[in-house]
Amino acid sequence: MTLLWIALLPLLGVLVPALTAQRGRSFCSLATAVLPATALVMTLLNVPALLDGEQLRFSVTWMPELALDLAFRLDGLSLLFNLLILGIGLLIILYAHYYLAKDEPFGRFYAFLMLFMASMVGISMSDNLILLWLFWELTSLSSFLLIGYWSYRSDARKGARMALTVTGAGGLALLAGLLLLGDMAGSFNMGDVLASGDVILADPRYPLMLGLVLLGAFTKSAQFPFHFWLPHAMAAPTPVSAYLHSATMVKAGIFLMARLHPAIAGSELWSVVVSLVGIVTMLYGAWFALMKTDLKGILAFSTVSHLGLITVLLGIGSPMAILAALFHILNHATFKAALFMSAGIIDHETGTRELKQLGGLKKAMPVTALLTTLAAAAMAGVPLFNGFLSKEMFFTESLATPVLGGVSWLLPALATLGGILSVAYSLRLVHAVFFKPAREEPPKTPHEPPHLMRLPVEILVVLCVVVGLFPAFMATGLLELASEAVIGSPLDFHLAIWHGVNLPLIMSLLAFVVGIALYWRHGNVRRFTQQFAGIDARRVFERILISIGYRSEQLIAALEGNSLQRYVGWLWLAALVMGGIGLVQITDLTGAAGNQPLDGILILGAVMLMFGGVATAATHRYRLISLLMLSVVGLFVALTFARFSAPDLALTQLSVEVVTMILLMLALFFLPQKTPRESSPLRNVRDMLLAGTLGLVIASLNYAVMTRDTLSISSFFVENSKPGGGGYNVVNVILVDFRGFDTLGEITVLAIAGLAIFKLLNRLRLFMPHSDGEGRVWSPDRYPAVLTSISMTLLPLALLVSAFIFLRGHNQPGGGFIAGLITAVALILLYMARGVAWAQERLDFPFQPVAVIGVAVATLTGLGSWLFGHPFLTSAFGYFSLPLIGTFELATALLFDLGVYLAVVGATLMILANLGKVTTAHRPVTETSGKDTDAAAATSSAKEPR
Amino acid sequence: MLSTALYVTLALVVMALLMNLYRLTIGPSLPDRVLALDTMYVNSIALIVLLGLWLNSKTYFESALLIAMLGFISTVAVCKYILRGDIIE
Repeated sequence: MTLLWIALLPLLGVLVPALTAQRGRSFCSLATAVLPATALVMTLLNVPALLDGEQLRFSVTWMPELALDLAFRLDGLSLLFNLLILGIGLLIILYAHYYLAKDEPFGRFYAFLMLFMASMVGISMSDNLILLWLFWELTSLSSFLLIGYWSYRSDARKGARMALTVTGAGGLALLAGLLLLGDMAGSFNMGDVLASGDVILADPRYPLMLGLVLLGAFTKSAQFPFHFWLPHAMAAPTPVSAYLHSATMVKAGIFLMARLHPAIAGSELWSVVVSLVGIVTMLYGAWFALMKTDLKGILAFSTVSHLGLITVLLGIGSPMAILAALFHILNHATFKAALFMSAGIIDHETGTRELKQLGGLKKAMPVTALLTTLAAAAMAGVPLFNGFLSKEMFFTESLATPVLGGVSWLLPALATLGGILSVAYSLRLVHAVFFKPAREEPPKTPHEPPHLMRLPVEILVVLCVVVGLFPAFMATGLLELASEAVIGSPLDFHLAIWHGVNLPLIMSLLAFVVGIALYWRHGNVRRFTQQFAGIDARRVFERILISIGYRSEQLIAALEGNSLQRYVGWLWLAALVMGGIGLVQITDLTGAAGNQPLDGILILGAVMLMFGGVATAATHRYRLISLLMLSVVGLFVALTFARFSAPDLALTQLSVEVVTMILLMLALFFLPQKTPRESSPLRNVRDMLLAGTLGLVIASLNYAVMTRDTLSISSFFVENSKPGGGGYNVVNVILVDFRGFDTLGEITVLAIAGLAIFKLLNRLRLFMPHSDGEGRVWSPDRYPAVLTSISMTLLPLALLVSAFIFLRGHNQPGGGFIAGLITAVALILLYMARGVAWAQERLDFPFQPVAVIGVAVATLTGLGSWLFGHPFLTSAFGYFSLPLIGTFELATALLFDLGVYLAVVGATLMILANLGKVTTAHRPVTETSGKDTDAAAATSSAKEPR
Repeated sequence: MLSTALYVTLALVVMALLMNLYRLTIGPSLPDRVLALDTMYVNSIALIVLLGLWLNSKTYFESALLIAMLGFISTVAVCKYILRGDIIE
């Protein structure tokens, strides 16, 4: 259980700064530090158990369908990383407390930092591949927020975007790789995956999987050629750089390679790819670290270089190489975090990070100078510092490995070269900042920072020195645990400073001598390199992004013609082809069931239905007539439903028909009354052919299906409607019970559509034409008396019918949807007969809450079943009796149906009444000529407040 | 006896529907068409009730009721449209 808390505490910690930011920075910093400190202590408390060889695991099933478990492990590797993440994280909190300017939103910073810390701890402890990936993505997101913390700066935004793009793309590749890996291993549990290395190596998909996983790791750990985002991420505040780019985020890729080492390493492909990428990265980074003039730029590239070094070691993959890699992870994190923080202090106190403006700072900042020198010595690999030990181990391993076959001598040679560069840039960093006289004055007068701001650096430098002096005492225990976790068996080793005069020591000596010489002749080297045009990675990156965006737009433009006809044409053509293929495959169109009996009424009804359809299309240029024809189609469809025993559908169709007519007429008013002749005869023929053929195919398909006895799911509903849902009306029981979730989704969509239309029409005022299409002026009678009185009489009647249809819906044709439409139509009639103003005076409430309340009622009814321990939307029913009324049934489905009713009424009225309102205020009072009306339109619309 | 009357009535109603459709198609004026559609709705009520009698079922009644109650609203809307253009003002 403590494992879960170690992972959860930093995540909970995200809330702490948000809650305490009001109380001042000191309180907030302290409060933020509490939870990670607790997590650190809990991690340490688990060490004895770990030393006893216990398997510390925690697992809860989360989403078994996705093979996702909430599973954590704590082994040596997790321990090493947890200590780094939480320990350095705490130091960073202290450091950031002083680093951030007074007016900066520190609460937000801490929250991002905690989110990042939580996701890193999650990566380090995940015992499930998918879970690991989730935390991996979370690091990408939270690092985006951290890098872009100074969001007012363009370089911060661009750097953050670049980091997110690169690591995010790598994350996608990693997901694909991990899915493959889990599939190959047959499990997404980390333990199972690590144990099935043989199966994975033998799988033919291994190279693909390895490529994808390494893409993820290389992008995250800034390996060549994906290293370019890291220097640009230096736009982040220095605490972020110190944390993300020394100890944690960039180590995530390294961690992944170490974690999955037992499962996916061990092939020649792995060794060659990983060690080559690593060595190239190491040299590339080291070279540019020497060339940069920005303090953080130097550190960024040196980080790239050291990450490359660790990658080489992981690529070599022998047990001692793994040990060296783990040791260097630890050492690099300590000295690089110290260096970043020193750089931040220098930046903070002098106002610049440019080497040109820095120099001679040893007088003004003697303590910082000492600390930085010590940390840089560790980075250069000076004996008696921790960096020396792991570098020696690296040299030893580079000599021992046969990875590159005949050219294996290349590896130690390149390693020495890397050592030379490392010595040179470390020397340059220290000398140029503290000892060399400054060429230009820094913007601020430098002085020592507050003591507590320096404290984290002091702690880390002390660690560097102590580990360097007493490696066996300080690091052996931790490294034993960590290496056992990676290699799988205990490793016998002895960390010592002195191994006698051997080849690695000579390599080190060589590195020092040549490195110092290189720095001495540094000016010449710089002049030489200045002949080459530099490449700005960011510019290239932005250009690629822009070109991708441009290509996508072109592709979209090619695919999307913005022509509805074309879309529909393609859709129909596809349907035609698919339907045609289906039809060709059956031998006989008429199935075994044969035709149903036919009578004269059916034939005539079908003829009229077809006539209506054809006439709608034929008269489409005369829109009103076309609408009337469409109404014939609607009527006959309803009659067909009635004839074939589907009364619910008939009722729905009839009420929908009325609403559709009103809606279309409201819209038609603003459209030209006649459509101009647009299509060429050729197009007409083409469209007729397409539509006609499709019609024939669909008709044949229907005929083929209906003359066959097909297994349908309807028998289930018919049988279970009464016992399961408590209603005889199967249609309604399906709507409110069996498929209640669908209905809930539908009314939600309806309500949202209503709200969207309401918002879109809000304040839209269209000017209406002063006469109809043929130039007749409108009748002066706004509210005809007959209509007015009929509408008044009809309303109570319609509401009664509506209540009747609603209540009986569960057992007989009807239900909330139809009842809602009837109510809506009756109310709309009132609007038509008496006008918006009159109706609004009497229906003095907005309709949008009605629709929303409807959805809420339906949802709450569904949620209610949880109270009784049933799944969402389980309905219950019972029978009750009252005097006078007799026995009746009450079902929760009725409540759900009430929600449907309210949603339908609300949404329909919202749409129709608001559409009706569009013209209201702007009807021309006097009849004038067309020109004047247009002018009036212009002025009145201009006056309308926006 | 009833069945004979039923057949005759059904035939007459369907013929009426056909005539409505003819008027709706031919026009000539817009009010002609609107009236034809309205009459079509009225005749549908008859058709549904007759169908109920013929098939001896009560489930058709509500459809007839609904047409009787709401069917005219489409007509009203079209009339209002012809007269005033804006049906909800």
